[in-house]
Amino acid sequence: MAQLQVRPLAEENFPEKTGGNWKKYFTFNTDHKVIGIQYLVTSFIFFLIGGALATGVRIELATPDVDFVSRELYNQLFTIHATVMIFLWIVPAGTGAFGNYLLPLLLGCNDMAFPRLNAIAFWMIPPGGLLLMGSFFINEGAAASGWTSYPPLSLVNGKSGEFIWILSILVLGTSSILGAINFLTTIIKMRTPGMKFNNMPLFCWAMFAASILILVSTPVLAGALILLSFDLLAGTSFFNPSGGGDPVVYQHMFWFYSHPAVYIMILPVFGTISEILPVHARKPIFGYLAIAYSSLAISFLGLIVWAHHMFTSGTPAWLRMFFMIATMVIAVPTGIKVFSWLATLWGGKLRLNSAMLFAMGFISMFVIGGLSGVMVASVPFDIHVHDTYFVVAHLHYVLFGGSVFGLYASIYHWFPKMTGRMINETWGRIHFVLTLVGFNLCFLPMHYLGLMGMPRRVAEYDPQFATINTICSIGSYILAVSTIPFVINAVVCWRSGEKAPANPWNGLTLEWTLSSPPPEHNFPTPPVLKTGPYDYGTLDKRGSKKRPISQLRASDILSN
Amino acid sequence: MLGGIALTLFCLWFSQNNHLLPVPASANAGAIDSLFNAMLTIALGLFVLVQGVLIYAGIRFRKRPGDETDGPPIRGNIPLEILWTSIPAVLVLGIALYSFEIYSEMGGLDPMASGGTMVAHNHGSHGGMAIAATMGEDSAADALMDLDSKGKALAYGVGAGRDEAASADLDVDVMGLQYAWIFTYPDTGIVSGELHVPVDKAVQLNIKAQDVLHAFWIPQFRLKQDAIPGQQTSLRFKPTVTGRYPIVCAELCGAYHGAMRAEVVVDSPEDYDTWQASMVAAVDPANKVTLAAATEDFQALNPKTMSDRDFLEPYGSEMGVTSQSFQGLPHHHLH
Ligand SMILES: [Cu+2]
Ligand SMILES: [Cu+2]
Repeated sequence: MAQLQVRPLAEENFPEKTGGNWKKYFTFNTDHKVIGIQYLVTSFIFFLIGGALATGVRIELATPDVDFVSRELYNQLFTIHATVMIFLWIVPAGTGAFGNYLLPLLLGCNDMAFPRLNAIAFWMIPPGGLLLMGSFFINEGAAASGWTSYPPLSLVNGKSGEFIWILSILVLGTSSILGAINFLTTIIKMRTPGMKFNNMPLFCWAMFAASILILVSTPVLAGALILLSFDLLAGTSFFNPSGGGDPVVYQHMFWFYSHPAVYIMILPVFGTISEILPVHARKPIFGYLAIAYSSLAISFLGLIVWAHHMFTSGTPAWLRMFFMIATMVIAVPTGIKVFSWLATLWGGKLRLNSAMLFAMGFISMFVIGGLSGVMVASVPFDIHVHDTYFVVAHLHYVLFGGSVFGLYASIYHWFPKMTGRMINETWGRIHFVLTLVGFNLCFLPMHYLGLMGMPRRVAEYDPQFATINTICSIGSYILAVSTIPFVINAVVCWRSGEKAPANPWNGLTLEWTLSSPPPEHNFPTPPVLKTGPYDYGTLDKRGSKKRPISQLRASDILSN
Repeated sequence: MLGGIALTLFCLWFSQNNHLLPVPASANAGAIDSLFNAMLTIALGLFVLVQGVLIYAGIRFRKRPGDETDGPPIRGNIPLEILWTSIPAVLVLGIALYSFEIYSEMGGLDPMASGGTMVAHNHGSHGGMAIAATMGEDSAADALMDLDSKGKALAYGVGAGRDEAASADLDVDVMGLQYAWIFTYPDTGIVSGELHVPVDKAVQLNIKAQDVLHAFWIPQFRLKQDAIPGQQTSLRFKPTVTGRYPIVCAELCGAYHGAMRAEVVVDSPEDYDTWQASMVAAVDPANKVTLAAATEDFQALNPKTMSDRDFLEPYGSEMGVTSQSFQGLPHHHLH
């Protein structure tokens, strides 16, 4: 390897950050850091689009009657909302953005195992997303059968919109598979010498578990969608009952991917939370091995619970019981993580900055989603609440309260590393408060709506639910507004924020030994570790010189 | 310690006195509510514990200005970790067993013996045939049903409870179609857009779908089951409180999914007899409207060009059902 003499220890100088290099983000660049930021910005734009669609849904639901959009358009709105949020925001942001940006830095290598494959995987996202958005403008409109796209409904709604939806998911799914191959290979083969599985940062464990899930489950979704497209276009009857097909088989294949997809969306965030908490609590992560192996347990269990989405479908009783028990067991490894995070906070010196607030908000909100998740796993109870607003509330506590809060925490935490600038803390806190208030106002009352009898995916509803729906809609407006201070803050600080030092948080993982932003090829020589990733509170005993933690240097972490 | 007791008491009190569910109006609804209350108690306890730790930590362990030191290097605590692994494990095991118990009590574990078989054999010539006719060929519809080794039709859903007789007091065939529920009473030939059932009698619904997936849900009975084209599903319940309750379609079935509502009327025995007599009298034997003909007429109407009520009313008179029966269907019913 050509040893470029790039200085890794950036305590001496910042690299010159000129305005000229933004163009690289619009090119086929193979640098994992560029690709990570490409993923992050692209997926965040889709988050705003998906949020706009959700706002449309909530405006319609502010009153019981159909008065804002047509029923047909309403069904398109929530279908594309869910599709965008899952396939174009949370999956690419959690795995694509942070996976790509962080893995080589945390593992101490110069890039991903397959840099060109990595760039190809990213460049499948914009066409996949544009295809999907474009389907709103064709005659029949976009897909309108829900993101689950259950046949026979998906076969009788507009054919073109449905086909574009299938095509788009196939493109995005392929991108996700390519990414997972890259993550797994990088984690297994490219760790810096001396970094064993059992002392690599927990984010790497989480990405390891999530990548296995992607590789095992995504092809099954692709298979289901290809068969669905045959039914749609070629008149076959794999799932079409009018020709002898079985629509329930589609549901099995769909959920074989789409339940694990929940973990594909939450595991990377579990990982970043496990990185963020120790840094800002100034304590080692509590129960490293338990957190690491619980990711694997979740990954395995996540593969054998899919039919809990089908308790009221054509599912035999014994299967309902099996999937109920398997689903509830997931609460155990998940609980281990939550309690370990709480123990990490306990007795620390908590820096309550934006990253930490969102991380603690993540625990708080995710726990609500986890608890209601155990409830909906119970078959007799699920028979009542399945396909109601209780489930809508549950899934948003997991995916918004969990994944999105976690993604925000991650953005605040690594913003200085990614951009070389500090982000404004005051606006970060305002953003946190608005998000927390808007989110709970929007989604907490939905539990009650579902329990009382309001089904999901309806444009009109019983007037007895009007008041609560209005409250939910107001919450969603606050949530929509909450993104404004964030976007402005991020854009302004990226352009002209205070310059970030190499290690603004005094973190002990390897990315903090590099300048902010890191040089193009990361580490000129493979870094040799002097400390573990979470050795907070022990450093002044182990470091060569006693130095206050506020003056932590790369040489305290690295031997070379 | 005292706080713990107070917290437990609060969670218990709140969970037992919540008004988060509609009136329980079937024999098994109470059991499901107890299960919900039990889970809510546990969930509330854990919720308060976690939020309490977060808020306490945020205040008590906040970094003080000027303090640049680290916290104590505590990396784990095996007994503590065993504790918080085993307590949730025991809790979910308990919830799973409790759920299993209630599911078996309400008849969930007995779908095959619950009447799917009976319907296929006894009533095939009534509602079953009519439905089959609309699907094209009788044999096609039959072939689509799952058969066990003895040739009996399996029906997914909730069947006879543990202590209940295998056959119900009343069988009703339910057909879901875009965007209505149609109820056929095989024993009397009644076809209705409103489900009438006598109070305190075991009712067996044999559910099918005409076109796409639907889901039959009565919130007050805590029962839901998808209606699947080409397959039969079933629900079994014993209504215990007279009154009118909504029947809600819970599975996305198209643009008017939210309007796909009907009503179940739980009648006193006398009211039920009166209703039954009036419905039988309304059926003109010379010009008997079959479900097949009725659904065809129904589908000939384009719901998108008419108001919800307009589009259902002609269908109602066609079937010899008073238009009143359909009032609850497409419009929001006030109750
Ligand atoms: Cu799931
Ligand atoms: Cu429906």
